[in-house]
Amino acid sequence: MGDVSFVRTQTLPEMPPPVAEQGIVKWLRENLFSSVASAILTIIALWAVYKFTAFALPWIASGVWNTESLAACRNVLDGARGACFSVLTERWNQLLFGISYPAEHYWRPTVAFVLLFFAAAPVLFFDLPRKFLIFTGVYPFIAYWLIWGGTILSPAIALAGIIMGYFVYAKFIKSSFAVAFLGGMAVAFIIWILSGYIVPAIAPENPFFEAVPSRNMGGFMLNMILGTVCVSLSLPLGIVLALGRQSNMPVIKIICVFFIEFIRGVPLITLLFVANVVLAYFFPPDSNIDLILRVIIMITLFSAAYIAEVIRGGLAALPVGQYEAADSLGLDYAQAMRLIILPQALKISIPGIVNVSVGLFKDTTLVSVISMFDLVGAIRGPILAATEWNGVYWELFMFASILFFLVCYSISQYSQWLERRLATDHR
Amino acid sequence: MASRSHPDAGSFRLSMLINDTRYRRVTFQIIALLLLCLAVGYLISNLLTNLSAAGLNISYDFLAEPAGYDINQRPIEYTSQSTHLRASIVGVLNTLIVAILACVTATVFGVIAGILRLSKNWLVSKIMAVYVEVFRNVPVLIWIIIIFTIMTASMPAPKAFRGANAESSMLFDMFAFTNRGVYIPAPQFANPLFENGLLNWVLVIAFLLLSFLGARALGKRASAEQASTGQRPTTWHLTLSIWVAPIGALMVIMGLYFDYPALKGFNFRGGLQIRGSLIALWIALAIYTGAFIAENVRAGILAVSRGQTEAAAALGLRPNRVMNLVILPQALRVIIPPMISHYLNITKNSSLAIAVGYMDVTGTLGGITLNQTGRAIETILLLMLFYLTISLSISAIMNVYNNSIKLKER
Repeated sequence: MGDVSFVRTQTLPEMPPPVAEQGIVKWLRENLFSSVASAILTIIALWAVYKFTAFALPWIASGVWNTESLAACRNVLDGARGACFSVLTERWNQLLFGISYPAEHYWRPTVAFVLLFFAAAPVLFFDLPRKFLIFTGVYPFIAYWLIWGGTILSPAIALAGIIMGYFVYAKFIKSSFAVAFLGGMAVAFIIWILSGYIVPAIAPENPFFEAVPSRNMGGFMLNMILGTVCVSLSLPLGIVLALGRQSNMPVIKIICVFFIEFIRGVPLITLLFVANVVLAYFFPPDSNIDLILRVIIMITLFSAAYIAEVIRGGLAALPVGQYEAADSLGLDYAQAMRLIILPQALKISIPGIVNVSVGLFKDTTLVSVISMFDLVGAIRGPILAATEWNGVYWELFMFASILFFLVCYSISQYSQWLERRLATDHR
Repeated sequence: MASRSHPDAGSFRLSMLINDTRYRRVTFQIIALLLLCLAVGYLISNLLTNLSAAGLNISYDFLAEPAGYDINQRPIEYTSQSTHLRASIVGVLNTLIVAILACVTATVFGVIAGILRLSKNWLVSKIMAVYVEVFRNVPVLIWIIIIFTIMTASMPAPKAFRGANAESSMLFDMFAFTNRGVYIPAPQFANPLFENGLLNWVLVIAFLLLSFLGARALGKRASAEQASTGQRPTTWHLTLSIWVAPIGALMVIMGLYFDYPALKGFNFRGGLQIRGSLIALWIALAIYTGAFIAENVRAGILAVSRGQTEAAAALGLRPNRVMNLVILPQALRVIIPPMISHYLNITKNSSLAIAVGYMDVTGTLGGITLNQTGRAIETILLLMLFYLTISLSISAIMNVYNNSIKLKER
């Protein structure tokens, strides 16, 4: 018997892994065809995606972008299936600025829109130098002046009132928050009320920017105005309501609970009806408050109630130890809230606040129901009613959907980034 | 010094109202109350001045006057001679109809999408992510209008169904999709037990409810037996007969038959007409809210920690029992509360009906009645009262539920 024993003296070269365990095949097997049910789902999903693309893609690809009317567009298409995107190019300005905003002033809201990014940047990104916040503070007045036009004196004096109020606040904040806050408010109000008499007297006949009345605001601009104004106004109001609801003074607590539950219990439409037909009854007889301001008041109250609930959640989520620690340091209520409680509670509430803001921005389309010509109102009203464009639905609604999607999706992505950024707890 | 920080009750000074924490609370509350009264009084005095200047008053007499307008969807008897009050009730019922339909459908969409988004299948989970993001980030009003446009502009007119070689044909000869709405077979009773059509349906629902209770009692008894003997008796045939027998008998007694829609002249007759406005509102609310519910369902399932699943598996439970006995009970605790608030949102968002002309309570009471009578304050107050009642009662139910499922610790 010969010696058949065998000892391998060198390692075998590495074999490539089986085909099914590498590369695209492995990925497909694991992610698309891991079981029979999964395979069936994949096939159904592929079929649906194919059907959708086969339906939509040619329609979009053969779209017509430069005709004057639907009939002309149909002529160009010559019986073929295709989109008439020319309604977007022809009515572009109406979609963005509304029907009656004067065309020679379109650049003003555009500048205001671009400046909005610079104003929002230091609020959204903490890494930017804090000095930029000064511009954020000035921005509302610039934006108002740009969009509404008229004399620069009104926004300037409004700003002056706030600056003076801030100086008074800064002077007294060392002694007492209540005195500083009330004093600041009082000074600001005095300046504003005085300016009510002075400005009309000294306002120039022909202001640098021609005034545009509120009823001419429309299109996506109106949605942006309502969204930004109402969110920024409702945040402080929401904080106050939330603190009131957490208060241990029964009267204040009951007032806040009633207000919040009432607002949250009714649909926004009814509040817009109030703004449209009822609210005027509650103002003094000679006051002439225009519709856009009434709508801003009601939407602000609406979102303040929701933001209050979100912040209340944040306040309740803080450990009691934080409140007790603030007390034991000898801080009074205002100091404890300002320095200890609210910074933490607001941080916890950020995702909720962003959700409310996104919802509010979407809800600004409801003003089309009370015949304001925001983006949806402009599409359903003047554009679809015009003889040239009667019958193009999809292009317009697709455009509106994409516009809203872009804004809302980017806000929610920002909020997720912020949440990761602010996660200081140890996991 | 100690006596300064704890002064006697006798030595009361006026400055203590603001500086002593014992009195400060009361001072602040009285100030708040005074301010509130002042504000409300100011608003009301303005209101009264404005009303008297316009020669108006606050009165609910209009509710008893004939409405004088038609409502195209009438769950209860209504003619244009009926009162405004009855028009509002029709509106309320229409609101409830669309809200309930949308809640059920949204739950189905949401649960399916939420579970599929967690699927290991890459393609399916991505498609569901796209669904959720697209529908959450576009206003519901736009979805309502889009679906309404599909229902009215893209569907064939009834006349397209006419003739020997018609352009359109009915599905199974039962369903007709037209631009005037969808026609479906209507269940009818040949020999109803009640004169009033509605009462017959109440009876049907009562029977179904009884069957539900019976089946539940049976299930409980089976569980009790399983707990004492270790053997679960087979009950599916009993459960099935509890569900089928009573309702089947009722149907036979009342003589159930279906009234099929048929083309007569220029329009469909017979059957049940579901208008495009109802479908638009229903489907749009369902897919929009479904996207939110999907996120809740996903979050709820993810909230159950992996250890729970693994522990259940280690105990030898099979996958479906792990799901039923371990994951779902814990996930539901997270899922249900936001789900109920989404139902509330559906009810409130159904007021967008006014954008597509669906005659819900906002369309009747807050729409045509308001415009015809000019009684803005009264109608809007009533409208708010209705929505408040619904919201507060749903919140009350939710609180009871939340307390009942709260983790009972120690």
